[in-house]
Amino acid sequence: MPKLDKRAADILLWTLLLTAPFWMTHVGSYVELGSRVLVYALAAMSLNFLLGYTGVLSFGHAAYFGLGAYGTALTIKYLYPSTPVGMLVGILVGTVAAAVIGPMIARLRGIYFAMCTIAFGQVFYFIAFQWSSVTGGDDGVSAWHRMPLNLGFTTIDILQSSMAFYYFVLAVFAACAAAMAFLLRSPFGRTLLAIRENERRARFLGIPVDRHIWMSWVISSFFVSVAGTLYALLNNFVDPRAVRWDQSGMFVIMAVLGGMRSFWGPLIGAAIFIVLEDYLSSLTQNWESFIGLFFVLIVLFFPRGVLGIIRRKVTT
Amino acid sequence: MTQLVLFNVFNGLIIGAFYALMALGLSLILNLTGVINFAHGGFLAIGGYLAYTLMPYFGFWGALVLAPILTGFIGILVERVLIRRLYGRDPLYSLLLTFGLAFLIEDGTRFIWGAQSLPFSIPDWLSSPLSSEFFFLTGYRVFMVLLVTLAVAGLFAILNYTRLGIRIRAGTLDLETVSVLGVNVRVLRNLNFGLGIYLAGLAGVLAVGMLGLQPTVGDNLIMPSFIAIIVGGLGSLPGTLLGGLLIGVASGVTSVFFPSASEAVIYVMMAAVLIVRPRGLLGEEGRF
Repeated sequence: MPKLDKRAADILLWTLLLTAPFWMTHVGSYVELGSRVLVYALAAMSLNFLLGYTGVLSFGHAAYFGLGAYGTALTIKYLYPSTPVGMLVGILVGTVAAAVIGPMIARLRGIYFAMCTIAFGQVFYFIAFQWSSVTGGDDGVSAWHRMPLNLGFTTIDILQSSMAFYYFVLAVFAACAAAMAFLLRSPFGRTLLAIRENERRARFLGIPVDRHIWMSWVISSFFVSVAGTLYALLNNFVDPRAVRWDQSGMFVIMAVLGGMRSFWGPLIGAAIFIVLEDYLSSLTQNWESFIGLFFVLIVLFFPRGVLGIIRRKVTT
Repeated sequence: MTQLVLFNVFNGLIIGAFYALMALGLSLILNLTGVINFAHGGFLAIGGYLAYTLMPYFGFWGALVLAPILTGFIGILVERVLIRRLYGRDPLYSLLLTFGLAFLIEDGTRFIWGAQSLPFSIPDWLSSPLSSEFFFLTGYRVFMVLLVTLAVAGLFAILNYTRLGIRIRAGTLDLETVSVLGVNVRVLRNLNFGLGIYLAGLAGVLAVGMLGLQPTVGDNLIMPSFIAIIVGGLGSLPGTLLGGLLIGVASGVTSVFFPSASEAVIYVMMAAVLIVRPRGLLGEEGRF
C-alpha cells in the first residue's frame, strides 16, 4: 500500500511538472516562475543531499551556486557564446572550488562545519563584489543572454520561447534528480546514511568518514553549481547577491520547509517559497520582514516540513 | 613609510578590537548555549541607532552608557521569547531562526529610522588629531581603543571574579552539572545572552562613530567576527580576543602592501588555521 502510494505520488509529481507551462498561466502565474521554482528546487535538493542524507549542515552553498552562475555568464559573454559550453565551465568552476575547500572542512562537525562553510562562502562573495574589472562588481554581469541550443540537425530556441526554456530546465532538473536518487540508492548513498545515523559506529565499521563527507560535499556542490548555471541562464544576468550568504539561507529554509528527510521535500519547499516571494514582493516593500518572520515561524512551529508532517500522519 | 605602516597597524588594531568586541559576545552565547547568533550584527545596529536617539537627551556620554544597556535588555527579551526555544535542538534551527531575526531587525531599523544613513556626531575634542606628526591618532580612535580595552577587561573580570561569571564559565564546560548543583540554568543562559548582546550594543555605539549609521552597519562586521572565533578557537574567549586582534592587524598591514587584498587576507588566515590546527589557535581538542 505505501509503495503504491509512492508510485502514485511520483506519477502525479511528474505530470504536474511536465504540464506546468499549460496550467500555470491559468492560475494567474507565468512560465518563468515555473523555471525559477525548478532552479531553486534543484539547489535545495543538492543541499539536502548533504543536509538530509549525510547529516552535515552547509550554510554556504550559495558560493558554488554563484560560481556556476558567474562561470556561465562570463563564458558566454567573453569567451564562447554557447549555452552548453557556458554551463560546462560554470559547473567545472563550482565543483573544483568545492573540491579544493572540502578537505579543510570535512574534518569539522556540527556547528563548526556550518560556520566554516559560511565563512568560506563569503570569500566568493567578496571576489564577485570587488574584482569589478571581471565580474562587474555590484552591478553584476549583464549585456549577455543565453544562446539557442544547437543540436546539429535542429536548433531549440530556448532564448525567445520561455516554454522551450522551461522544458530545458526541467530536462536538466530531471537528469540531476535521477542521478541523485541513483547515488542515494547505491552502496555509497547507504554509507552516507550510516554516517548520518551514527558516525561513530560507521567509523568502527571501517568507513573512512571524512572522505565520505568530502565526497558528499563535492557531489552536492556539483549539483548546486548546475542549479547556478541554470539561474544565470534564466535571468540572463548575475550579480553578487547570487553568492551572498542569505542565498545559502534560502536553500536551507527551502529544504527544511519541504521536509529535509525526504527526497522531494526541497522541491515542495522551493515551490512554496518562490511562489510566496513572487506574490508578496508584488504586494509590499517590506519583503525582508516577511522572509524573516517566515524563517522564525518555520523554526518554531514547522520544523519537520510539509512532507515530514504528512509522513508522520501516515505512520501514526 | 614607517608612519604609513604604523598608521595601518594602528588602524588594524582598532578594527581588530572591534571584531573582538563583537566576536566575544558571539562567543559567549555560542559557548554556553551552542547558538550561533546570526542576528548579532542587527543588535549592533540597534545599539548604534539607540545611541543616536538618546544623544539629544543624554548627551554623548549618556548615550554611550545607556544604549548598550538597553540593547542588552532587548537581547534578554529576545532570548525569553525566541532563543530559549532553540536550546537542545539541532544547530540548524538556531542558525535559521537567528538568520530570520537578522532580517527582521534590519527591516525594523529601516522602518523606524529610515534607510538613508544618518549623521552621528562625536564630541569635538574627540575628533581632532592629538599631534600633527601622527595625524591618524585622533582622540576618538585612542578613546575607542581605551574603551574596548576597558570593556574586555571588565568582561574577563566578571567572568573570573563574580558569581555569575564563574557560573557562566562552569556552564560552558558542563551545563548539566551546574544545573544539578542548584543553579537556575534558564536565568543563567538568559543573563549570558544579555551580556553578549550588551557587547554587541557597545560595539554598535562605537562603530557608528566611525562608520556612520545605516541599517546594514553590522553586515560587514559579522563575517570577520565569525572568522575571529574560528581562528582563535571555538570555546575559548581569550582565543576569540586574540583571533579578532590578529585578523584586524593582518588586514591593516596587508592594506599597506596590497590594498585590494586587505579583506581577503583574513579568509586566507582562516584557511591556514583550519589546515594546520583545525581546532583554532587556543581551542580545545574535540570540543566542537
